[in-house]
Amino acid sequence: MSVEPGPLEAALRARRSQGGKALVPYLTGGLGDWAAALAAAADAGADAVEVGIPFSDPVMDGPVIQQANDRALAEGITPLGVLDDLGRLDAGVPLAVMTYYNIAFRFGLERFASVLAERGVAAAILPDLPLEEAGPWTEAADAAGVETVLLAAPTASDERLGRICARTRGFVYGVGLLGVTGVRDELASSAVVMADRLKQLTDVPVLVGVGVGTPEQAEQVCRVADGAVVGSAVVCRILEGGGPAAVGELVGRFRRALS
Amino acid sequence: MVILAEPVGGRFGDFGGRFVPETLVPACEDLEAAFRSAWSDSDFRDELNRLLADYAGRPSPLTECRRLSEELGLRVLLKREDLNHTGSHKINNVLGQALLAVRMGKTRLVAETGAGQHGVATATAAALLGLECVVYMGEVDMARQSLNVFRMQLLGAEVRPAASGSRTLKDAINEAMRDWVATVESSHYCLGSVMGPHPYPWMVRELHRVIGAEAREQCRELLGRDPDVVAACVGGGSNAIGIFSGFADGEAALVGVEPAGGAAIGRGVPGVVHGSKSFLMQDEHGQVLEAESISAGLDYPGIGPEHSHLAAIGRARYESVADDEVVAAFELLSRTEGIIPALEPAHALAWVSRAREELAGQAVLVNLSGRGDKDVAQMMGRLSER
Repeated sequence: MSVEPGPLEAALRARRSQGGKALVPYLTGGLGDWAAALAAAADAGADAVEVGIPFSDPVMDGPVIQQANDRALAEGITPLGVLDDLGRLDAGVPLAVMTYYNIAFRFGLERFASVLAERGVAAAILPDLPLEEAGPWTEAADAAGVETVLLAAPTASDERLGRICARTRGFVYGVGLLGVTGVRDELASSAVVMADRLKQLTDVPVLVGVGVGTPEQAEQVCRVADGAVVGSAVVCRILEGGGPAAVGELVGRFRRALS
Repeated sequence: MVILAEPVGGRFGDFGGRFVPETLVPACEDLEAAFRSAWSDSDFRDELNRLLADYAGRPSPLTECRRLSEELGLRVLLKREDLNHTGSHKINNVLGQALLAVRMGKTRLVAETGAGQHGVATATAAALLGLECVVYMGEVDMARQSLNVFRMQLLGAEVRPAASGSRTLKDAINEAMRDWVATVESSHYCLGSVMGPHPYPWMVRELHRVIGAEAREQCRELLGRDPDVVAACVGGGSNAIGIFSGFADGEAALVGVEPAGGAAIGRGVPGVVHGSKSFLMQDEHGQVLEAESISAGLDYPGIGPEHSHLAAIGRARYESVADDEVVAAFELLSRTEGIIPALEPAHALAWVSRAREELAGQAVLVNLSGRGDKDVAQMMGRLSER
C-alpha cells in the first residue's frame, strides 16, 4: 500500500538519500516581514518551510508562538490572507501550513484543502487533530493532493506509533518532549528516544520538533532523526525585531550544524 | 434516553470527540478506561457517596420559594446546590475526579477556573486527599474574584495567572491544557465542566447526575410529579446537565440560560476548541471570540457538546439574558427569599422572571448552582453606582 510521495516527502527523502539531514524552520504567517523571511530561510538551506496560520487558542504552543499569534491577529491577519500571500511566493522549497483544526473546519475541509493546493502548499499540520479524528480532513486532503503530517508523541505505544506512521504523509513529526513548543536549555533525552522509536517503525522521514532550539540541539537529535523542525527559535528572532537577514543568518547556522 | 447514555465513540450526535494534541490522546484513553472501571466498582461508588454525604453535605435540599412565587405568579422551586461544601455544585465533580486521580496513581491536580468556584472545589479535594494542586485563572478573573484566589491559596493550591488572549476562562483552559501536555505522567487534569475531550463531557455529567436524581425524588415528593420546567444557567453547562439528567426522559421542558455576551448556542456556530466539537462563538475565520459577561463563571465562548446535541434534537432550549436582568434577579431572590445567589444561577432566575407570563401557574425548578458570597464585593461596587 505504498503511496506516491508528495513534493514535501520527496524533498525530504532526497535530502536523506544524499546523506544529509533535513531542516524545516517554522515561522508565523502575518508576523512582520514574514514572506521575505521565508525566502531568506529557503535561501539559507531550509529543505521546506512550515508557516503557521495564527489561531486564537493555540494549545500546543508555548509563550513565543502564542505571542506571535496574538501579534499577527491584532494586525488583522486572516487565514486566507496568509494563503494568498503564499500563493504569490516562489520559495523554491515545499511549504507546509501549520494551524489548528478549527481554522480548517470553519473554512470547510474540502475548500481548505483545495485552497492549499491552489496556492501551492504541499502539506498541512494540524496539532489538535489526532489520528482518530483525522478521517474527514485526510479524505479531503488526499483528494486535493495535500500531504497531512501527523504528530507522534512520547506518550504513544509502539502500536499507536505504527498506525501514525502508516497514515502520515510528508514526514512523521516526532514531538521531542512532553510539553508545548518553545526553546529549552538542553535537548530532552526523550527527543532522541522518540526519533529512535520512529526510525525503527517507518521508512517515512522522521523529523523531530518541539524543544529543538539551537543548532547544537538540532545536530544532537539528527544523529538519529532524519531532520529537525525549528520553530520558537526562529519566531523569537522575528519578535525581537530581526528581519529577513537575521532569519537567514539563524537558519544558516542550523544548516551548517547539520552538514 | 438522549441524555442518559454513554456517548458512542465519545460523540453526542454530531458533537463531542477528542480533538487534543497527540501527547494527550493516551492520557484521555487511560482516563476513559479508569473512569469506566471505577464507575462500575461499588467500592468506588460507596467511597464517593460517603464523601458526598459526610463531607459535601448531600443531599442538598429542595426549597419552595413562597414569596418569590407570589411575586412572579408561578411556583419556583430551588435545588440548593449553593448549600454544598465550598458553595456550589462543583464539589460533586471534583470529589469524583480527585478520587479517580488517586486510583490512577496521579499525585497532582491541574485545573482551570473562571469565577473560582471550580478552583476552590479542586483545591479543597486536593487538600482532603493530599494531592498537589495548581489552578490556572485568567488575570481578569483573578482581579474580580480575589477572595476566591485567597481561598485557593489558603487551601494549599498554587494559583497561576493566565495572561494571554482574553485573560479569562478560555485562556485558563488553554494554560491548564498546556500544563497537562507537559505533566501528563504525574498529573490529572481536573476539568470543571461537561466540556473538553472525551471522556470529560460524559464523566463530568455522570458525576453531576446526583443533582438530577435527588431533585427528581424531591419534586415527586413535593409535587407528586415532575416540574413543568427545569431551568439552569449554562457556561460549559455542568450544573445544567446534572439537573437535566434527572428529567430528560420525562415531560419537563429543559431550559438552559446563557449570558447574552457568551451565548454559544444563541450566537455561535459549530466549531472545535478545547478538545471537542460544539457550538462556539467565533468570527468568520474561525478565531474564537471573547465572551463578555458579568459572571466570570459563565464567561466562556463555547458550551459542552451534549448541550449542542440537546439543542440540535430539540430536547432542550437555550435562552440568553443580559447583565442588567441578572442583577435584578440577584436582588430579587435576596430580598424575597433571604438567599443571595451566585451571579451564575441568577441568570436562570433572570430568565424565569422575564418569562413569567409564559410560565404563569407552572412549577419551575431552578438549579441554584452556587451561593453569592463570592459576588458580593463586585455587586456592592455595581449597585453603589446607582
